[in-house]
This record gives sequence, C-alpha cells and structure tokens, in this order.
Amino acid sequence: MSGKEPVGVIGIGQTKHVSARRDVSLAGLVREAALRALEDAELGWADIDAVVIGKAPDFFEGVMMPELYLADALGAAGKPMLRVHTAGSVGGSTALVAANLVAARVHRTVLTLAFEKQSESNAMWGLSLPVPFQQPLLAGAGGFFAPYVRAYLHRTSAPGHIGALVAYKDRRNALKNPYAHLHEEDITLEKVRSSPMLWDPIRYSETCPSSDGACAMVLTDRAGAARAPRPPAWVHGGAMRSEPTLFAGKDAVSPRAGSDCAADVYRQAGITEPRREIDAVEMYVPFSWYEPMWLENLGFAKEGEGWKMTESGATELDGDLPVNPSGGVLSTNPIGASGMIRFAEAALQVRGAAGAHQVPGARRALGHAYGGGSQFFAMWLVAAEPPVS
Amino acid sequence: MTSRAGHSRAGYREEGRRDVAVVAFAQTAHVRAADSLSEVEMLLPVLREVLDGTGLSAGEIDFTCSGSCDYLAGRPFSFTMALDGVGAWPPISESHVEMDGAWALYEAWVKILTGEAETALVYSYGKSSAGDLPEVLTRQLDPYYVAPLWPDSPSLAALQARALIDAGETDERELAGIAARSRNAAQDNPYAQLAGSPAAGTLLEDDYLAQPLRLHDVPPVTDGAAAVLLAAGDTARRLSRRPAWISGMDHRIDPHGLGVRDLTDSPSTRLAAERAGLFAPGAPPPDVAELHAPFTSQEVVLRKALRLGEDTVVNPSGGPLAANPVMAAGLIRIGEAAARVSRGEARRAVAHATSGPCLQQNLVAVLEADGGEDEGGGQA
Amino acid sequence: MNAAPAQKVLSAPLVVEFPFTRSLGPVQSAFLTGLRERTVLGVMASDGRVLVPPTEYDPVTAEEIRDLVEVGSTGTVTTWSWNAAPRRGQPLRRPFAWVLVRLDGADTALLHALDAPEGPASVRTGMRVGIRWSEQRSGAITDIACFEPVGTSAPTHRAEPHTGAFADPVTGIVAEARLDYTYTPGRAQTRYLDALAGHRTLGERCPRCRKVYVPPRGACPTCGVPTGEQVEVGPRGTVTTFCVVNIKAKGLDIEVPYVYAHIALDGAGLALHGRIAGIPYDQVRMGLRVEPVWTEGGRHPDHYRPTGEPDADYETYKELL
Repeated sequence: MSGKEPVGVIGIGQTKHVSARRDVSLAGLVREAALRALEDAELGWADIDAVVIGKAPDFFEGVMMPELYLADALGAAGKPMLRVHTAGSVGGSTALVAANLVAARVHRTVLTLAFEKQSESNAMWGLSLPVPFQQPLLAGAGGFFAPYVRAYLHRTSAPGHIGALVAYKDRRNALKNPYAHLHEEDITLEKVRSSPMLWDPIRYSETCPSSDGACAMVLTDRAGAARAPRPPAWVHGGAMRSEPTLFAGKDAVSPRAGSDCAADVYRQAGITEPRREIDAVEMYVPFSWYEPMWLENLGFAKEGEGWKMTESGATELDGDLPVNPSGGVLSTNPIGASGMIRFAEAALQVRGAAGAHQVPGARRALGHAYGGGSQFFAMWLVAAEPPVS
Repeated sequence: MTSRAGHSRAGYREEGRRDVAVVAFAQTAHVRAADSLSEVEMLLPVLREVLDGTGLSAGEIDFTCSGSCDYLAGRPFSFTMALDGVGAWPPISESHVEMDGAWALYEAWVKILTGEAETALVYSYGKSSAGDLPEVLTRQLDPYYVAPLWPDSPSLAALQARALIDAGETDERELAGIAARSRNAAQDNPYAQLAGSPAAGTLLEDDYLAQPLRLHDVPPVTDGAAAVLLAAGDTARRLSRRPAWISGMDHRIDPHGLGVRDLTDSPSTRLAAERAGLFAPGAPPPDVAELHAPFTSQEVVLRKALRLGEDTVVNPSGGPLAANPVMAAGLIRIGEAAARVSRGEARRAVAHATSGPCLQQNLVAVLEADGGEDEGGGQA
Repeated sequence: MNAAPAQKVLSAPLVVEFPFTRSLGPVQSAFLTGLRERTVLGVMASDGRVLVPPTEYDPVTAEEIRDLVEVGSTGTVTTWSWNAAPRRGQPLRRPFAWVLVRLDGADTALLHALDAPEGPASVRTGMRVGIRWSEQRSGAITDIACFEPVGTSAPTHRAEPHTGAFADPVTGIVAEARLDYTYTPGRAQTRYLDALAGHRTLGERCPRCRKVYVPPRGACPTCGVPTGEQVEVGPRGTVTTFCVVNIKAKGLDIEVPYVYAHIALDGAGLALHGRIAGIPYDQVRMGLRVEPVWTEGGRHPDHYRPTGEPDADYETYKELL
C-alpha cells in the first residue's frame, strides 16, 4: 500500500442559514446539518468512524470547547473527536483535517462539521473584547479590512463600482440557493450602489450578514465511495498555509500565504492553468472587494487585473469562471461554518448536485477559506473524476 | 516509504503505516504564574530548544500544529499571536486545535502518515493563572443544565473519587500515596512546579478541600508550554540517536453527562489503548506510563482502563500533580514518555492525555524504542 | 543595545461578561418548563432507560429521543462531594454537598446541590433526598433551589408518560456568564508602554532581519527569535492607507465620520493603527504626513494630525500598508 488513499465526499448537508435559529439548541443546530449529510450518503451513525468539528472562537456561544457537550448529538461517543480552530479559515481547515484521516488510512469514513450560532451572543462583542493596555480597534470588522480594500484600489486603479457588481451578483446567486441566508428578491444594482457607505470604500450592501448555521460532510475512502448512492466529489488537492498576523513587509492585499496555498493545491491536482482548468470557485468573500483581490491572489487573473475579470462578467453564474454560485459569504455567514460551506459548495458543483445554482458541466471546483488578519488559508480542489493514483 | 522496521518493534503496529517518532521535546520550568511573560514570550524558548536541538529551522519543518484555548486566555484568537514565536515566514503549512497539545500531536502524526510531511512541529501552552481555572472550566459543561450551576472542577473530581471509594476501588490513604509518590518523583524533574511530599499518613491529617479530596489530591495551577518535534523514518533516525517511535495512537470520547457515565471507569481510555496497540497479544507491559491524571483519583481509573500492573512505573516525571499547565499537560505526557525511551530508560512506554470533565475524552499513545526484544540490536 | 532594565511588568483586570441567549430544543424546553411547574420530566432512551435530565439525543446510539416521562421529585444520591467554600454563582451560599441524584423513576443522575446543614457527616451515598423548589421559577435548572434530605422513604415513583405540553412554554434561557481574568501583556509590551507614558515610541529591532517592530510583541514574527534592541521611532509618520468610518462603533465615543488609518511611524518596519483628525475627513489621503496628538492621561495618542510636510511618495511606504 503506498501513496495516499483517495478521499471522496459522499454526503453534504447544511442548515437553512438565518440570523437566528431560535427553535433549536446548539446540539439541534449541528445535528440538522449532520443528519442531512448522512442522509445524502445514505449512512447511519454507526457507519461513521470519527468526527472532526470546527468553529470560530468559543466566546461566540459562551461554551468552552463545545465539542465535549456536542459529542452525544454527533454520535461521537466511543469514537475519536477532533476540534479545529484556525480563525475564519476553520471550516476549510476542519474539512482538510478530516480528509487527512481518510488519506492516511487511519479511518475509512469521517463526519466533518462546522458551525456558528451567532445569535447566542453578539459577534462584535466576541471579536472586540477589550484587551487592557491595547489601543482599542477604532472600527468594526469592516473597518479592519477597508484600508486594505483602499490599498487594492490604489494599487490597481480599479473603478469604484466593482465592489457593487460582486455584491449584486452574489445576492442574485443566493436567490437560487435555498440554504442561503439573504434572499433579497428585489435586489438591484442600484440598491447596492446607493446603500450607505459604512467604512469608505465599503458599503453596507457589500458586507456579509451574521448567521446561525452549520455545514457537514461525509468523507470516505475509495471503497466507501464505490458504495455511495450518489456520485462523490473527489479531493485532488488540499492545503493550509499560515503567515504571521502583522509583520514587516506583509502584503495584506495579496498575502503570500494565500498564493502559496493555491499553488500547492494546483500542484497536487496537476493544474497548470487554473482559469482554464477550473470550472467553479467558492471563495471566502466577506466584503465584496475581496473577489477581485482573491482572483489575483489565487492565480485566476494577473496582478492588478482581478477587477477586470469581475467587470467582464466572467465570474457570473453563466461566466467562464463562476465565483460563488451559492451566493457566498456575502449572502451567508455563520462564521465558523463559512469556510466549510465553501468547500461543500465546491463539492456540490462537481457532483452536479447544486440545484438551481449548478454550473453546467462543472468537473473541477476550488473551495477557499481564509481567516485572522488575512493570514490563515485553507483550500481544496475537488473533481468529478477520481484522482489517478 | 513505509517501514524498514515494522516487525523490529515486534509488529504491534499497523501494517503498512509509516514509522513516525518523537525526536525532540522541550518544556518550560513550570510555575504558578508566569505573569511577567506574554504567551509568546513563555513559548518562544521551548520552540527554540526543539528546533535548535535538532538543527532545523522553521522553514525546514513540513507541518506545524498547536493546541491552546481562548477561554483559558480570556481572549479570542489568542493562538494567532503565539504564531509569532514560530517564525512563520515564508508561510508555513499550519493548523491549530482548540484542545490539549496531545491532539495537535495527533493531527501532526496523521499529516505525516499521509506522506505529505516528513517532519512536524507541535506546541501548546497555557496560562491558567490568567483566570480562576476551576471557574473557567465550568464553561465546558452542558450549557443548559449544568454550567448555570457553576460546579468547579475539584468538586466534580471529588464526585468521581467518592464513587471510586464507594465501589471499593480505592481509599483516601491510597490517594494520598499517589500524591506523595508523584511529588517525590518530581524531585528528579527540574521542570516540575511541586516537588517533594510528606508521607501519605501525614497528608491525611490535612483538612479536606472537596471531601473526599484534600489539597494533595488536586493539581497545582500552572503556567507553562511545551513543544515536540515529530519525524518520519530515516529523517527521525537522522535527527535523533534514539527516536521514540509512535507504534500506535488513538483517542476516544465518552458521553458528556456525568450522570449517564460510570465515573469509576473510562471506556474511552480502554478503547483508545486497544486501538493504539497497548494490549497487542505478546506485547510486554509498558515500562513507563505517563498519565494525564490531574486528580489522584483519576490515576486509579486510568490504571484500571490501561491494565497497568506492578511492572509499569507510573508518572516518573511527577505527572500533572507536579505541574499542570492546562492545554500542554497532555502533550507533556507524550514528551516525557518519549524522553524516557530516547534516554534508554524505557523500551516501551504509554502516554495518556485527557480533556473534559472527569476524563470525558482520552488519548493514548504507545512509544517504543528501536529493535524489538525478539530481535535485539536496533540502532547503534 | 539598550539592555532592558529590571521592570515591573504590567497587569490589569480583564472581565469577560455576557448574557448569552440560548434557544432550546423541544426536549430541553419541556424539561425546563416542567421545572417551572414543579414537574420533573425525563426522556426514554433507545434501550428503555429513563434519562434525567433529559438529553435530546441518545448518549449511546445518538438517536433522537422524544418520549417524555414524568419522574419523582425525590431520589437517591449516587455520589457526593462536600463543598466547604461555595463560589460565585453556585446554588447555595453556605457550605453544601454536590450530589448526583437518581430521581425516582429515572435511570441516570442529575447534578445539583444538597443542602445539608448538619455537615458532611450527615451525607452519604444512597441517602434519600428531595427537591427544594425555588420560590421564583422561570424555567431554568436553578428552579431547583437544591436538594434536601427526606428521611428514609423508599422510592415509590415510577416513570409515567408525559406529553411535555405546558401553557406558555419556555423557549430560551439567558445564561449570565462573568469570568474575571488578570491580563499581563509581557515584557516587550511593558517596555513599550512604559516609554509611551513619556510620549516616546520605542520599537524593537529583530537581531536577524533588522526590521523594527512597533508595538513590539516579544518575538520577530517572521524569524521566530526574541527582539530586545529598543529603537525610538516617529514621532512623525505617514498615512499608508485608511478608511472613513461612517457608523459609530459600539463603546467608542467618537463622532462620525472619522478616518481610521494605518500609520507607518518614521523608522518603523510596519504600520500601526490610529485616527486622523485636524483635517476634514474627505481630505485625508494615502501618503499624508502626520504626528501624534496626546491628551491628558491618555496611554496612547488620542489621534494623529497633519504635519504640513509634503506627502510621502507611494514608493516609500508601499510595503507598509
């Protein structure tokens, strides 16, 4: 036996994401996504060998290491359970840790899940707990990222309306995704462009919502995939990269950790021309301008030209590289789960199971997540065909 | 590259699995409160020690994984600043678990098993002194039925101890003996926070802290950090004269509710040990066991679950009763067990880590020296 | 190199406090509403055991369980410990026993407090206890004030099916949680803050890459080595990028709009964050030269204002965004 075991995604489930799920406990929320993933795979709890769970800071729900309490709800009693936390990229990292358990042949079938129930507290409280002696952050989360958007605008001379195009596209895509949080039936480009400027250059409609939600996947080996009732999505590459939070010479507009991570994934998957070879991308875009920024960082556009790609319509659902057909983080943001939703939506695309937001004929898709101060990256590339081993 | 030597460690390990070993271990001199240091200032020396000791730079490490806890620090994303100590530039392949570092080591071990990494740096740290630890740990409990009552960790451990005494599995004298033995053993451990102990009989004259537990049954509050370097196959042999091979590792979790569990037993520990190959037919008993039993009574539970007898020396480092830096204490058990193997003091060792109230979640790693007894020889 | 003098390292209280709003699943809702009505409900597990407190999912099989039963308000202590010094938030102020109680009709045990005024000598495993209800009940585990001894009565109650239906069911709880920490920023930040008190900004230079870190964090994040050599930077600097904040941030008493900027102090290897004032917000630009403005008692500069120097050239700060 040599090389890695191929990993297939055979079950995907998520909750209908909303601002507050007041009808379920924390356990009930994660359970709903997990059951849907199991049903998709036509498996029961006994078929799961291990559980890998991820979420963002525990302060969001006020439960320290909530996996201890959630073990029962996720059928983990008597099984291994791991809890990943890599800031905003955690949903992606969690899926990769789970995939490695299968790839290393430690387990055959693994349930992985990420969640956030932001309505239990207040994310801004959780994110901005005052630290003594430190100068308070003078702006909210958008204010933290807005200066980097300005730097991007300056660097590329991008016209000011590109951000609105992204938001308008993602919110329309969300209308085709029954699980998306924001369903703005009456969205127009004009509405986005005239929404209040919160952290100039970021407008209200170019920011993500605050959601309760969970996402789960069942990952399995070649034998498990052969028994699966529906076509699997095969993992062809997966990687994480991290760089320090703040350091001399950091390029927060196009962080090297992001481009290195993408390069590693493409290398593993044998991709040399990502724009041509990849059919759909689910990238982590919490503020609309991050679409053109990541298009460059991930190698889909030349440096300085990501905005042209967005402007050309290439990233629309019917474009040549649809980005965030699900509606993306701009339409749904249960923080800890957002990365896993990107990974899962990429898998749905290559399984041909994305429903109304399906990219016709998608064979290869990239799932992307990032977190912290644009420092933690997690990505995977999934495909309809199994990897050649 | 799978293994040259699967059988030379008596074949207790999974066929076809890569050989992975602990090749370096470092820990801080543990203290009650490292209050002059930030977390990264506390962590940095142990990172330097494992890297400099093996002559590797951060850039030569294929994977890095850490374990820590925001609730311990009182700040969200506390691990992001600890990354400053690693020197993560150019960017590194890196992950973090909100768990004891023993589970970070598990993630790193799996990463090496996939073949994607030859070496991995694992670290963890905790400043328990920042908050009121027994109070902080109540936030781990069922948030609907239990956490609102704020039951402190010594009280919960005392419920477990009482159940053991009622079941005739131990008594207060034996528990005092465990405390005395552990802290006396710690006299040989320069990193221990508490070392030396009056005799068991004298300890029993003290008042109860949480009846049936006395102060000696309870771990100290500790600030500390630890780091471990893992390597595969020939890389391990190059980096260490005597690698401590991980012949098996597994972890399991039990249901959360204290009232649904038999507190006198630890099925998850037993199952993890079985899966880690501790009970493999024909395998000799471990020479050493490093058990993450913060409370004396928990050692009784773990000895039973791991089937440890007189042949096994338990917690020669003093264990968590001598220093209990939460989030690092489990990783330190693996490091201590590996260090015994690397120093030639043990041929086979078992390390255990725990998480959650009353031993809810448990990890077991079996470490072995090169060259099985049936073959002799091994590395020069 | 300036050797760091022996110093008193800073520390300060850090309070983490929030009233978490927890929504409930149906089993939890029925159980907690039941407590309000002085009725204890359990749930039937897949193997027929009665779980009290009732969980939503079977702890063994993970199946969803919904069949509720009513159990007694008296029960048997299965284990206990004595709490001589009750802590904040615990059920009783005077010394008490923590107990796991198997209520009559239940197969699992519930954690709570036992009021035992006669002390630990009066408590034993197997003793019979009963619920003392709180006078004010809202649908929470604390509606049980505690348990109290009830003599030697034998268990009689059997679990009886219950619909779980009550008028005005409880659908959520508010969990107040306060934790008190002591925050210690460490040696490097203490050195920085001490100098800042004299309105001097001291960065620290990495011995390996020679970059100057402001504020210093104890280690060079790219080299992973300690920094120690102190280097004074500023006081002037350059706005490298910024945003205009148009919504009030919670807890900040600053009139909007205002400019939040990244400022590279002269000599620093990276930018820090600050507010720009003394210039209309819509005239702030990348490259603007600024200097700090201090207010009485402020630990950090209140804001930065233009120096009047010509703007810095983009090439000089493009790596300091």
